[in-house]
Amino acid sequence: MATIEQLIPIKPRPSDGWDVERIRKDFPVLRQTVNGKPLVYLDNAASSQVPVMVIERGAQYIEQEHSNIHRGVHYLSMKATTAYEGAREKIKRFINARESKECIFVRGATEGINLVMHGYGRKLIGAGDEIIISAMEHHANIVPWQMLCEEKNARLRVIPMNDAGELLLDEYDALLNERTKLVAVAHVSNALGTINPIKEMIERAHKYGVPVLIDGAQAVPHMPVDVQDLDCDFYAFSGHKMFAPTGSGVVYGKAALLEKMNPFQGGGDMIKSVTFEKTIYADLPNKFEAGTPAIASQIGLGAAVDYLSIIGREKAAAYEHELLVYATERLSAIEGVRIIGTAREKLGVLSFVIDDIHPHDIGTILDQGGIAIRAGHHCAQPVMKRFNVPATARASFAFYNTKEEIDTLAGAIEQVVEIFG
Amino acid sequence: MSELSELYQAVILDHNKKPRNFHVLENANHTAEGFNPLCGDQLTLYLALEGDVVRDISFVGTGCAIWKASASMMTQALKGKSKPEAEALFNEFHQMVTGQLDEEEEPNQLGRLKIFAGVREFPVRVKCATLSWHTMHAALNQQEKVSTE
Repeated sequence: MATIEQLIPIKPRPSDGWDVERIRKDFPVLRQTVNGKPLVYLDNAASSQVPVMVIERGAQYIEQEHSNIHRGVHYLSMKATTAYEGAREKIKRFINARESKECIFVRGATEGINLVMHGYGRKLIGAGDEIIISAMEHHANIVPWQMLCEEKNARLRVIPMNDAGELLLDEYDALLNERTKLVAVAHVSNALGTINPIKEMIERAHKYGVPVLIDGAQAVPHMPVDVQDLDCDFYAFSGHKMFAPTGSGVVYGKAALLEKMNPFQGGGDMIKSVTFEKTIYADLPNKFEAGTPAIASQIGLGAAVDYLSIIGREKAAAYEHELLVYATERLSAIEGVRIIGTAREKLGVLSFVIDDIHPHDIGTILDQGGIAIRAGHHCAQPVMKRFNVPATARASFAFYNTKEEIDTLAGAIEQVVEIFG
Repeated sequence: MSELSELYQAVILDHNKKPRNFHVLENANHTAEGFNPLCGDQLTLYLALEGDVVRDISFVGTGCAIWKASASMMTQALKGKSKPEAEALFNEFHQMVTGQLDEEEEPNQLGRLKIFAGVREFPVRVKCATLSWHTMHAALNQQEKVSTE
């Protein structure tokens, strides 16, 4: 059996003083029992829970400020607009964008990637051009590019990975050429937990003048992200994976690129003037925000940014790393458990299989113990194929999880092994 | 955890480990593919029909224990059955796992298949238990592909 150091390097990071019991009080959903057992929520990579502070901010908008944004001269509309644009300003600081107009509000990372595919790809990518993605992408960062390639007769190239779930950068170099028009890669793999060396990858693409889109859905909630330092051209992420409500999300884009792009959807709020002959589009960011957005959710996202700042992102990340190391240690010690994804750089995602027990059977048995994990292909079927498994079970952690919960998980997995003996 | 032991009974675990009729059927004259995109369960079902009667039946594929055991026991139950009998059994099986048929009180032909009654306590697993049946239905009626979505 592999030693723990082979499975995951243990980095001494300070998480002293992380009062997880205090943090848990901020998340009302965690105070419940499922099938008679206390809920153990380990499906954070699918969607994370929402703290009271975010719930209350969304509720405050609905109770006291609800109205449409950007169009009323009345009191409530101004209140709503201020709150909505205030959230954008918070996001700008959170990811260190140059300007808030570079932060486009979208429904989630999927919509963000599709926005870039339509606005940038359909305008600027043509026949014979190439788009590079990686072998560990979520379907959200595969399918839009496939659709584009089909439409434009362009070619999709894929960076392979090794058995640990790390991208092969030499192969990446070999794929980059003068026909490459876009690189689209995940910051962190949702199925494997791998943190990709995106800063280096962006630098290499830029040598060819190729813009890079980062799918940051799994990264932003769990590690500091600085889009200027990374020098990425686009960066998409979802609110519902970072302790905000569903329907919120952001795609960051460099202003110069966003200006060049076609709008995504047409409609109200994205125009300067409309006649039947011609429409003049609005300036950034409104050009990309047609129709009434998920105002309460986006204001909630702003509050989630505040919440993360208050609790301390570095400390939260250090604590989550401790949980990952502990869980890796506990689970790999169980006979028959094989961990899928053993990259040197990982976030709190632990994919595993147990002998030939199907992950759905694992999921059902764990659910009876009140434990929520994801069982399936994680919207990353090519990753499953690469590791020659039909599916995996995946536990994913957030800073409100505890070592005791991981003990509960390990105990339930032992029960699975017993049942299927 | 009585519901769990109701679901994962010894017979089901046995069929999961040693599925019956788990192979390609060379002389099949009806085949269909079934797919459950939610879980990734997938199978190919082979039928050798002689007139109206199932002379032989087999399957191959990958999936969870509930799927595999259900497919395995279905193939056993259907050998020698006529097309209307097979359809009737599918109907009863479907009604049982969706809680519309009380297999102990109401008349039925389910026999050993009653062991799958526990599935009704796990609504998300109903698709696993019924995929092979839907696929069998498609093969009987010569549809090419089935999806439970």
